[in-house]
Parts: sequence; structure tokens; C-alpha cells
Amino acid sequence: MLKDITLGQYFPGDTVVHRLDPRTKLILTVVYIAALFLVNTWGGYALVIAALAAVTAVAHIKPRAMLRGLKPLVFIIVFTGLLNLFFTRGDDVLFQWRFIHITYTGLNRAVSMVLRVMLLVSGTFLLTYTTSPLAITDGLERLLSPLNKLHVPVYELSLMMCIALRFIPTLIEETDRIMSAQKARGADLETGTLPERAKALLPLLIPLFISAFRRADELALAMECRCYNGGQGRTRMKELRMAGRDAVAFILGGLLVAGILVLRRLGI
Amino acid sequence: MSLIEIRGLTHVYSRGTPFEKTAIDNINLTIEAGGAVALIGHTGSGKSTLISHLNALLKPDSGTVLLDGEDIFASKAAMRAARFRVGVVFQYPEYQLFEETVAADIAYGPKNLKLPQEEIGRRVREAAAFVGFPEDRFDRSPLELSGGQKRRVAIAGVLAMEPELLVLDEPTAGLDPAGREDLLEKLFAWKNASGGTILLVTHDMSIANRCDRLIVMEEGRIALDGTPEAVFAHSDKLLSIGLDLPAAARIAGLLREQGVAVPQGVYAIEQLAAAILALRGKGGAPC
Repeated sequence: MLKDITLGQYFPGDTVVHRLDPRTKLILTVVYIAALFLVNTWGGYALVIAALAAVTAVAHIKPRAMLRGLKPLVFIIVFTGLLNLFFTRGDDVLFQWRFIHITYTGLNRAVSMVLRVMLLVSGTFLLTYTTSPLAITDGLERLLSPLNKLHVPVYELSLMMCIALRFIPTLIEETDRIMSAQKARGADLETGTLPERAKALLPLLIPLFISAFRRADELALAMECRCYNGGQGRTRMKELRMAGRDAVAFILGGLLVAGILVLRRLGI
Repeated sequence: MSLIEIRGLTHVYSRGTPFEKTAIDNINLTIEAGGAVALIGHTGSGKSTLISHLNALLKPDSGTVLLDGEDIFASKAAMRAARFRVGVVFQYPEYQLFEETVAADIAYGPKNLKLPQEEIGRRVREAAAFVGFPEDRFDRSPLELSGGQKRRVAIAGVLAMEPELLVLDEPTAGLDPAGREDLLEKLFAWKNASGGTILLVTHDMSIANRCDRLIVMEEGRIALDGTPEAVFAHSDKLLSIGLDLPAAARIAGLLREQGVAVPQGVYAIEQLAAAILALRGKGGAPC
């Protein structure tokens, strides 16, 4: 069922990772992503996997939940792997049959690309698993606030993102409900040719769009009823404050990057 | 043979995540053909999960559902076949409407059954007649209708599949009292005319006591099961689950507390009226 998709879902908890300032987590996630592209040795991958596993354990996220998050991306991951495996040219041929050549370079690159994609995705999952969407947008807004001077509507953008994130689970639930209702009327979404299947989606998409517009309308009305008028002069109930643990997190993040750079230089 | 036999049915949501929840836990139940059964329970007691198994929309973690003795989860074909024999109307079914006209929307189910055109036309007209939707409005867009009319069209869409068991999840939620009465009457009229079986999910006791069997669920298990008399006799149990008694049963209870000898097992307004009249006739006490 759709409910089992955990893409971008928040798992409430009260661990050190959950309590970190969202700004810290956002910056570290960006650093993590950048650092991931510097990794070019197996030792480097081992280090990143170890770091990721450590944070996952500290945050009390079950490894199974992490793996399930990767499930929707199986196609992209497999595709990346196969593409690199079959289409990398090299002299060190491992296996050859008619037009298929598999080279050692290709195998190497396929495995490292697959690892990189998986680590990239699970790293960002760790952010959304441990940080509520509200905290993420809050952090993002604060991080981007200097852009306000350049007349970038940071507040409006973060509000839009916040609303979008907020409605993902609602829309998934709604899709689930409409899907159940149409299946109960004998809708067949799984078999048939591609045009048939596309047509079979209409009974799903039309009610979903209608309800999304209805919800948007209701939300706008509710906001206006509470005299909402944008970000100007708005104060916050929860001020973000950095704490000692944030400093520790930055130091650990710096150590990870340093470790990656050292391993890269050493070629391990 | 029973129409539906549920054996050891268990369903767990979000297994392996912090949100893991056992929605229904080892349910055993049989439903006979031709009855009207009410499934009652508090929000989150597993009612909706249970009914989603009856037409194989959800697959159980263990246990199974037999329809006329056949396992509905046996194969994909069996699961699909079950959907045409067990019609489920979910909560707020009006949000599932999508076609350009009312007639086309009601015809969606029969069309999926791959019926001939004349048969579809007949079923659409009959289903609309059962819910009291006028034929001269068949060409309207379902989105232009009022809430109550949309609900009728959505229910007609399931009736048009001519199910043997009709399951309705809170069919009267959000309707005004007159609309509620009217819809219930029409549903029971459908049952009597078609010889079908009705399973009503509700927490409205005044709806429940029109059925001939009540099943009360609590935290994924069956707490009480029997005729309305038998179930309403356990008033303490019902109240402890957080459910109400029908108004007549409450009044009877209050009268009994005041020393008026209203007999046990009074739960419908007509019975209460008869009981009070009988007492008056006997004792001659002025009311």
C-alpha cells in the first residue's frame, strides 16, 4: 500500500540527532553530499557507511526503515548500475560475449555509482527522518534570510515549502482512499497495455486534483480568518538556538570530511 | 453455508517502523446471507481495516476470508472476483466521483465488469432508482450536485455492481437527520428487494438498532456480538468502551433507576412507548 512509502517521512523521537538545531543538520547534510562526491576509494566509502550507520544508530532509526526508504528508487539505482556496467569502455575486459563487454573499470564504476546514489539518498533521509518538516523549513528560512536583502521572498518560499511538505502525507492518504474506493468498484490499475493503464489512472487523478484544490481553498480561507498577512514583522514562538551538541556535530562532520580527504590522498 | 467466514484475521500496519500498530487481532466471524449487520466501535477500533479485507483491498498478515467457502486471497483473479461480489462504500464516498455525467459515474463499476451495454443501462437506472436519484438529472456533472445527492450517486455506483454483500462505512456521516433517515430507509429497501446482505459500519446506536445483529469492536478485537437485545443488555460494557446506548435504552435505564418497572431489553422507541403504555394500563399510575 501507498502508506508504506516512507519517502521524506518524519519519525518522531528524542535523541541527540533529533534535538540538533535544524540549521546544523541542513548544513551538515549539504557538506555530506558534497563530501560524498570527493570519495573515490573503497576506504572512503567504508568510512562514509560507518559514519552513516553510527548516526542511524544514535537516532534510533531501524536499518529496515532506511532500506525501505530506498525501495522507490530501486529502478534508478539498478539502471545506474547497469548503465555503468555495460557502457564503460576499458582494456581490462573481464567478460565478453558478442556485443557485451564487461570491464574491470566498468564493474568498479558501477559499484561505486550505486553506492554513491544509495548513500546520497539515505543521508538525506536521515535529515527528514529526524527533523520535522516544520523544523526543516524554519532552519532553511533562517539560513536563507540574508537573501532577503536581495529581494528574494524567502519567507514566502519557505511557507510554500512548508505547506507542500505538510500536504504530502495527506495527499498520499487521500490517494490511498480514492484508490481503495475505485478498486472496490472493480478498477484494474495493474494489468493492461500502457494506454489502458494510463486511462485507468483517470478515476484516481481527477478526484485527487479536485480534493487538492478544495484543500488549498480551505487552507487559504483558514489562514485569512486568522488574519495572516505574510512574513513582515512576524515573531516566532520557538526561536532557534545553537547549543553545545551542535558544535560537537560540526566537529564530527569536519572530521568526516578530513578523513575522506586523507583517504583520497592516500588512495585507500 | 455462511456468506462470509473470517478466520483468524490479523492485520498490522507499518510493520517494522515506530508507527507499528495491530489494527485487527485474530478476528473470527461469520456473516449469514440475507441479514443486516451493524459493526460498531470507537474510532481506531479496527472497523475500517476489517471491512477492507472483505473485498481483498488489504491483505491480512495472517488468517483469511472465505466467501461462499472460497478463499478470496487465493489468487489475483479471486481477489478481483471478490470485489464484484462484496460492494464496499467507504466513508465520504462522494470524493470518488470523477466522470463527466452522473450516469457515466454510476456505470463505472458495471463497465469494469465488462457487461453488455443494455445491462449496464438497466443497472444504472435501477441503482439510481434505489437511492432515489431522478433520471432527468443523469446528464449533470456529479460535481455540481449537493453533498447529499453526491453521496447518493456514489452509493448507486456500488449498488450498480449488484453485490451480494453491501458494506457501508458510516454512510450517513455528515447528513442532516432527514437525509439520514431517508438514506437508511432506501438501503434497507434495497436489501429487501434484492435479497442482499448489508453490513453497516457506524457508531450511531440509533442506526445500529435497526439491524438484526450487532458486532462491537474494541482495539482490534470483537467485544460483543449478538442481537441488539443481547448487546444492549451489556450497557456497562458498551459505556466502558466509550459507546453510547440508543436514546430509548437510556430513557428506560433512567426510568428503572426512578423505580418505574420498565422491562429489560427495551432499546427502540416503539418498544419503550409500548412498555410505558403497558405499565399505565396495568398500574393506572398517571404519567
